[in-house]
Amino acid sequence: MSTLPETARIPAGAAPVRVAAAPATASTADVPVEAEEVAFDIRNFSMWYGQRQALQEITIKISARKVTAIIGPSGCGKSTFLRSLNRMHDLTPGTRLEGTLRHFGNDLYGPGIDATAVRRRVGMVFQKSNPFPTMSIADNVLVGLRLNGMRDRSVLQERLEQSLRMAALWDEVKDLLNRPGTSLSGGQQQRLCIARSLAVQPDTLLMDEPCSALDPIATAKIEDLIQTLREKYTVVIVTHNMQQAARCSDRTAFFYMGRLIEFDNTRKIFTNPSNPQTEAYVSGRFG
Amino acid sequence: MDASPYLPSPRFARWRRWKSGAITGILVACALAVIAPLFLVIYFLLVRGYSSLDWSFFTQLPKPTGEVGGGMANAIVGTLTLLAMATVVGVPFGVFGGIYLAEYGSDRANDWIRFAADVLNGVPSIVWGMVVYLILVVPFKTFSAYAGGVALGLMMVPLVMRTTEEVLVLVPQSYREAALALGIARWKVIMVIVVRTALKGIGTGVIVALARIAGETAPLLFTALGNNFWNHNLKEPISALPLQIFAYSISPYDDWHRQAWAGALVLMALILALNITVRVLSRDRQSTL
Repeated sequence: MSTLPETARIPAGAAPVRVAAAPATASTADVPVEAEEVAFDIRNFSMWYGQRQALQEITIKISARKVTAIIGPSGCGKSTFLRSLNRMHDLTPGTRLEGTLRHFGNDLYGPGIDATAVRRRVGMVFQKSNPFPTMSIADNVLVGLRLNGMRDRSVLQERLEQSLRMAALWDEVKDLLNRPGTSLSGGQQQRLCIARSLAVQPDTLLMDEPCSALDPIATAKIEDLIQTLREKYTVVIVTHNMQQAARCSDRTAFFYMGRLIEFDNTRKIFTNPSNPQTEAYVSGRFG
Repeated sequence: MDASPYLPSPRFARWRRWKSGAITGILVACALAVIAPLFLVIYFLLVRGYSSLDWSFFTQLPKPTGEVGGGMANAIVGTLTLLAMATVVGVPFGVFGGIYLAEYGSDRANDWIRFAADVLNGVPSIVWGMVVYLILVVPFKTFSAYAGGVALGLMMVPLVMRTTEEVLVLVPQSYREAALALGIARWKVIMVIVVRTALKGIGTGVIVALARIAGETAPLLFTALGNNFWNHNLKEPISALPLQIFAYSISPYDDWHRQAWAGALVLMALILALNITVRVLSRDRQSTL
């Protein structure tokens, strides 16, 4: 990984950027706006894999029903951060954490909290599409509901169509519902995975580089989908693709070496970042 | 014109060809030495056994000592019964043990369990017979089909456990994570998503284990004992092909020797069929797992 320049050089012809030493704490401007409901209220959140500290004192408020993008170079802790939002680290031995992480006011790591219940409200879509290979398209969508005890056929039928419509996949698969999920194309599989997450009716959807294995057309479809999801869901998306963050997010958080460097409106991050490290990263000088 | 610099001298080329031929010859000989015994076994079983196979072999009980004819119908059914009972004993312990190894056990615990399983795999089969004799035959004061099934089942446990573990580990982590992220409880994730994905591999492991124990004789000597009649009660001794082959082949009668060969052929065919099933199953496992 490249090291950061002490002071960011100003590209020729670019608007002058304040060159200053990085502030000790992340600049989070006035985000979120007072009136917005906060989905994740995270304070001094640190995490370790064994001896190695992966996240350092992250403090951030992620607004509900907004798309928040998390960007940063490989190894900066962005995936680690995302996975701590629905307790996916629980099964990784040797992880340890400090600080508080509240989701709509509820402490996710409080004593006695059931991680399974957390994940029912905070769903996740992964980098590589992973429909269950033994199941049909319909079974893939409904597996979360079924295994959580839903037996009512009319509810299942309704939720199947609703989830697939929401994932913009219904028209393509409505006649193939009994075909294996793995028979679909890569982009369709990823939308199937999104439908599968939506079927358990979460209020928050975490996406870990959901388009990095897809071609540009499939990527565009997923990005359109994210735009519609924002009306009902809080979306947090980790992406390596800065254009994607710029295109489809309301807020952007820049992570570097386990720290939150800057968090602001996406437009501000990409046009006039306050921090020289952010400026260096979004202008492509490292990372 | 000079010879190409890439062309070896004729003498060196000859030496190299000779060396290559010699090594290839040794390797082919080794490969033949591996396959040849299988063909010898099949050849002798076919020559000696096939002529003795007749309809009555499959339908009749053994005739009393000294009489010619009869068959091993009860031994064939007995072997199938014992295999079914062994499956009932061996598969749950083996599969759940394998699930524990692959999904729950700590590295330390797993090391010990794997070590124990490997040692158990090496326990001589007659020792299994003696152990089950002490546990199930002595207290109940009778040899029984149950005891034979348990002895074979215990032999299956370490085999099934290790293959189950191996195929579960092959299930990509991403399926587990995807299922957990849907808010599905961990045990359901394992039982419904992971085990179901690996089901064919687990089934293959069970059949391999069955093929391995189908011909075991020693564990049955002290447990199932053998029986010249139909077994109507699993609490009583039962016949099995290996036991019948053993009893007939050490007898002094030509007709019994003939039937022992026939029994060996049938037993071998059963084991071969199990192994072929495994081949067929694991051929299309490549695509789904």
